[in-house]
Amino acid sequence: MAESAIIHVTQELLEGPAGTPMSYWQLVWWRLRRDTVTLTAAAVILCIVLSALLAPSLAPHKPFEGSIRKRLAPIGTAGHLLGTDEQGRDMLSRLLFGGRLSLLAGVVPVCIALLAGSTLGIVAGFMGRGVNMLIMRSMDIFYAFPSVLLAIAISGALGAGVGNTIIALSIVFTPPITRIAESVTTQVRGWEFMEAARASGAGTGAIIRHHMIANVLAPIFVYASTLVSVSVILASGLSFLGLGASPPNPEWGLMLNTLRQSIYVNTWVPILPGMMIFLTSMAFNLLSDGLRDAMDVRL
Amino acid sequence: MSGSKVVQDMEQSTSLLSVKNLRKYFPVRGGLLHTVQAYVKAVDGVSFEVQHGEILGIVGESGCGKSTLARLIQCLIEPDAGEIRFAGQPAMPTSASAFKAFCRQVQMVFQDPYSSLNPRMNIEAAVAFNAIVHGNSRTTARNKAWEVLRKVGLRPEQFGRRYPHELSGGQRQRVNIARALVLDPTLVILDEPVSSLDKSVQAQVLNLLQTLKHDLGLTYVFISHDLHVIEYLSDRVLVMYLGQIMEMGSTEQVSTAPLHPYTQALFASTPSMNPDERLDRPPLMGDPPNPMHPPSGCRFRTRCPHAMEQCAATSPPLLQVGSTGQYVACYLYSDQTAPPGPPLHPLSSAGEEIYRMSQ
Repeated sequence: MAESAIIHVTQELLEGPAGTPMSYWQLVWWRLRRDTVTLTAAAVILCIVLSALLAPSLAPHKPFEGSIRKRLAPIGTAGHLLGTDEQGRDMLSRLLFGGRLSLLAGVVPVCIALLAGSTLGIVAGFMGRGVNMLIMRSMDIFYAFPSVLLAIAISGALGAGVGNTIIALSIVFTPPITRIAESVTTQVRGWEFMEAARASGAGTGAIIRHHMIANVLAPIFVYASTLVSVSVILASGLSFLGLGASPPNPEWGLMLNTLRQSIYVNTWVPILPGMMIFLTSMAFNLLSDGLRDAMDVRL
Repeated sequence: MSGSKVVQDMEQSTSLLSVKNLRKYFPVRGGLLHTVQAYVKAVDGVSFEVQHGEILGIVGESGCGKSTLARLIQCLIEPDAGEIRFAGQPAMPTSASAFKAFCRQVQMVFQDPYSSLNPRMNIEAAVAFNAIVHGNSRTTARNKAWEVLRKVGLRPEQFGRRYPHELSGGQRQRVNIARALVLDPTLVILDEPVSSLDKSVQAQVLNLLQTLKHDLGLTYVFISHDLHVIEYLSDRVLVMYLGQIMEMGSTEQVSTAPLHPYTQALFASTPSMNPDERLDRPPLMGDPPNPMHPPSGCRFRTRCPHAMEQCAATSPPLLQVGSTGQYVACYLYSDQTAPPGPPLHPLSSAGEEIYRMSQ
């Protein structure tokens, strides 16, 4: 009895709810919805995004205004729930506002790289031969540099600023996404079901839509989602080095840098921006794990 | 040209599919400049025809151009020369809509049951896709898919929403067959549909194919390297070697009295269940020559026990032997009446026996 119930449940997990016809993407959504870890991660991300978006109305103080007399107040100080930084600015407000730049620098480069990389990779994989050679060999040039060094070099050359950080990170993330997209496309193109689809009389558009997209995009998407956490960390790193956001703008990496000297005065306050970076990248990582599981029909 | 006799014979009948002097060479590129170094002569001057309601078996070793021939008939690749006519009409669609109309008539079942199904598409969707492509609504397509899944012995309620990785090889091949049949085709090309299945599952699928043929009035072009399978299923057999037809005739003629030395060797090399008939050595040694550089004249002459001087000079035409409907491309039968004289080189004992039986 209990065994049959288990079989029934696993059956359902594999196939979705009995009775209703589902497309591949519906099934992915249906599976995501019953994965509590992924849902929690998504909720955390949603909270962080919302709090960054609503920072002006949520923040108890202005992020740029501080008082020298209230410097480095510990967590729990009246009026400053999370304490104050080295210039007496309210930490909670700065963390809320800081999320704006950090998330921007984390998500936007990945989106740009996803767009550019998957386009380049799919074109390279689909066209093959000369086009493939041209695209893939140019991407290989970027592989000659370690990604952090490349990001530092590009944003160093372009100058400090969030815009330049985004450009630098987009360039850093494009080659790996291109490479994944190219290999997946080449692989899918060689499978017999693509030929079978052609033998059905379907046009190229229909074949790409129904047979190519899900097989190619799912792995690219999963890979790109792991890059978000890397991007958040890299962007913070660049700010930490003074190449990203510039003071007095609140940004988690930058806050970590300016507060690091105060770590002996007040241990917990400087840790806060680090915690936010950790939380965000962790949540994105878990989300991408969940996505990968939901998108792989074999699991 | 001596091959023209065959062509004339073929023109007189109204066959479902007729293939004339079909040729497909694949360029082999290499070197620094990626230039064409040679051509693989996959299909080289093949002519045959398929009648309504018959099963034509195509047999040959791997690399003899069987799969290329299948793809040529399905118009998935373009021939370099020659003509394919389907139901009297030239079957070389020039437009997308013509190709689509052609696909409604001719469908193909692919060899590999694993890679021929989209791993991210459930069974029902995979079968329904073909119907949707041809203008059916989603609901109609799904109903059609269910109907045809039932025909191939898969309960749609149970299997419809499963993904390919959850099915066995035999079940997948049934799905492949269902996908080909959902459009109600006239001709089905089966490219080694049972080669990757277990013997017991092979039998199930073969029986299913036979039932479907009778129920739906289908015509098959059945490709296999397995003589047992070919003998079991087909009405007529076509033996290919290195892109050319060696022999063609009814299954009975070809299996009981093979004329071409290659066919004789093929049949002699199938393992017998009788221990007394065990062979000391295989009647056919080594691999077929590289199709990039096939031998001059008759392609089989390098492995043929009867090879004559003439064989190296020119390629023997495919000619009918008597009026039996059995065609053979071999100079041993060029006088078209008498069976061949004694072999020029001694055959292996088993080969000799087969040879004597053929006389």
